[in-house]
This record gives sequence, structure tokens and C-alpha cells, in this order.
Amino acid sequence: MADPLRQLHAAHELDDDPDGSGQRRFDELIATDSRIEPSDWMPAAYRKTLVRQISQHANSEIIGMQPEGNWITRAPSLKRKAILMAKVQDEAGHGLYLYSAAQTLGTDRDTMFENLITGKAKYSSIFNYTTPTWADMGSIGWLVDGAAICNQVPLCRASYGPYGRAMVRICKEESFHQRQGFEILLELMRGTPAQQQMAQESVNRWYAPALMMFGPPDADSPNSQQSMAWKIKRFSNDELRQRFVDMLVPQAEILGVTLPDPDLKWNEERGHYDFGELDWAEFTEVLAGRGPANAIRVSRRRTAHENGEWVRAAARAYADKQSADGQSADRQTNQAPAHEWMAS
Amino acid sequence: MTSPGDSGEREQWPLWEVFIRSSRGLSHVHAGSLHAPDETMAVRNARDLYTRRAEGVSIWVVRASAITASDPDAKGAFFESPQGKEYRHATYYTESDTVPHL
Ligand SMILES: [Fe+2]
Ligand SMILES: [Fe+2]
Repeated sequence: MADPLRQLHAAHELDDDPDGSGQRRFDELIATDSRIEPSDWMPAAYRKTLVRQISQHANSEIIGMQPEGNWITRAPSLKRKAILMAKVQDEAGHGLYLYSAAQTLGTDRDTMFENLITGKAKYSSIFNYTTPTWADMGSIGWLVDGAAICNQVPLCRASYGPYGRAMVRICKEESFHQRQGFEILLELMRGTPAQQQMAQESVNRWYAPALMMFGPPDADSPNSQQSMAWKIKRFSNDELRQRFVDMLVPQAEILGVTLPDPDLKWNEERGHYDFGELDWAEFTEVLAGRGPANAIRVSRRRTAHENGEWVRAAARAYADKQSADGQSADRQTNQAPAHEWMAS
Repeated sequence: MTSPGDSGEREQWPLWEVFIRSSRGLSHVHAGSLHAPDETMAVRNARDLYTRRAEGVSIWVVRASAITASDPDAKGAFFESPQGKEYRHATYYTESDTVPHL
């Protein structure tokens, strides 16, 4: 698809750094752990990597609303329903923060939306699993948001300023997500044998997919090296996965659930938990679109987007008419008075 | 030069930059951006997107296309003036270091 903005950027880079001073400045900023900002010169591959990563991340937040949205009407109490709605609303917000961060790199949000609903852009494969029971709301919060936090905390220091700033905002909101999930499971584990079984079966479903959220093993993740050199990524996939497992084991003990891995055991020598091989063939399958819910996730998103078209068009038409009529001064919103600007 | 990310008329809704005053007595600080059809909706969207946990008591929005920024390529020269003018800082005056209340 023709994207004039992106072409502009590509052309800009070709003849924009003939003497290599842009590259030198970029290297220096990275070496000194400073931040790259939108108007700085940056290598085309750095920009491309970031657009891909940030837009995939944004897409994951947006698609990630569906497995939980599925349970809003059937939450077991009004309190749980309110909590779940707040969490899902947060995820929409995370998506918007991230689309804005990606947009500073020259790819606009409408284009990213379109890439998502036409299946051109990817999102985290975890959201292609289904949520058959209420306990899955617990497992998603505890394991999926838990893994996301583990991944996202180091991203707050990502070398691209707008990405890091979006992650700071997101991380502040994520810890409530994990805690509410943990408490859903805790309540079930304190309940009847049937409720305990529901919780355990849900943990069995989500544990391995959550571990796979960190991406393939380091040996099979060729782009990781470059991302770490650019200081977008601060730790490797395997390092983060290990950190996550080490945190999970004591939490599972408090819950009284069993983590479904017979090879999971403490390794005195390493000072970490050893854990079993993950099913990477399954990961590849789900990523390739053959997971339990890939088709429905994208088609729901497309339907929602298309059904909202008349609202977006009407709002735009109204705004155009208002500004044509020159009535904006009469609007409900107040202009900031001059003295307020001067004061700050 | 306008705010990074502004796509002109390419997108259905324009981009807005959002500034939040977190409490009385503090300045409005840039919080992020959003898309909205007009200023009224931009303020409402900003409330929903950036103040879900009582982060603000006042919101400003401004169209990204209305922002004028310093030229990024002239960075060095443009901000050169304070270089070598350490005497603008109190720390430059060391003789008075040991004098009380100064
Ligand atoms: Fe999120
Ligand atoms: Fe979350």
C-alpha cells in the first residue's frame, strides 16, 4: 500500500546522512545510554524494527481485550464485573499509548489498524487461546499479565524515548491486572473441590503458552542480538523466561496449584529453577494462524472496526461542519485563558 | 515543524497532544497523544485515556499540527548560547562556599 509518509522517511534517510554524522550521533547516544527521540536521525533498520515491535505490541493489547471481554457479561459478581471492565479498558488504553508511540516513527494509526484487520500484522500468539471457564480470567491475570510485566519492565528503559515512556505508563497499570487474577485463583482454590479443579485445569491450559510469550529460545531468535545492541531489548528471551519461572513457583505454592511441568525443580548450583522443554512446534503453529482462536480474533476486530465506521465518519463530518461554521468558540470546551498560559 | 506523528489530512481523525495538570499548584505536563475528531471529543478522550486513576485536575489538548518545534537538525548551534556561561549558576561562585546563609 502506498504510504507517502513512510516513503518520505525512507527517502529522507538515503540522502540525509551522506557524511555519516547522523550515524555517529546515533551510536554515541546509544553508547551513553541516552534516548533516541522522534526527530533524531536513526538507521532505517532501527526504525523498521521499532515500528514492527511497537505496532505488534499495540495490536496485542487490542486483540487481548477479547478473551476477557468474553466473560464480562458472565462475571460471578458485580464487583468482579466492574474489575474486569476496568482491566479490559486499561488494555484498550495500552493499545492507544503504543499506537501513538509507533506513530512518531512515521506510520499512522489508521494504517496499523488496517494491517491488523487484514491479517498483515501480527500480535502475541497467547491471545489465540480460548477462555472456556471463569478461572481463565484468573490465569490470564496471573500468568499472561505476569509474563507481560516481566517483559515490559525492562522495556521502560528502551532506547526509543516514546516507547519507553508508553511502557512506564503501562507498567504502572499492569500490577493491578496481575493481582486481581491471582486473587480470582486464590478464591477458587479456597472453594469447593470443583472450584479447585476448575482453577487447576485453567493453570494447566495457560502455563506453557504464558512461558512461550517471551519468544523462541535465544539460539533461535536471531533478531534479539541486534535489538539488544540497540538497547531496545535489555535481556534475552531465555533470561526473562527464567526470571518469570523463578517468580511463579513460590506464588503457585501460595495458591496451592501445581505447575504442569514434571521437570520443574530447584537447581542449587544455578540458583534457579530448571524447567522442561516447551512445545515450540505448537508456538509456530499458533503464530502461523492455526491456533484455537486466530480466525475469530481477527474477524471480530474487523467487524467491530467496520461497524464503528459510521460513528467515526459522523464525528468527523460534525467537526468539519462546526469549524466551517466558525462556531468553535461557542463549544462546551473552554479555551485556556492567556494568563494561565503565561503562569506556566 | 509539527509534532512527530501528525499525519496531516491522511488519517480520518487528527492527532492531538494532551497536557495534564496533576494537582493544583503544578504546571500542565505533556502526557501523550490521541486521535479525536474535534477539541470537545479530544478533551473527553483525554479524560478517559489519561486520567482513569485520578491523575489530573485539568486537561489541555492541542492539535499536533498546531505545534511549532525547534529545528532538530540545528540542535547544536541553536542551544549553544549557554555553553561557557557557567557564571549563570550559583555553583560558579566558590569563594563564598563557606559563608553562612549565602
Ligand atoms: Fe496491557
Ligand atoms: Fe494487562
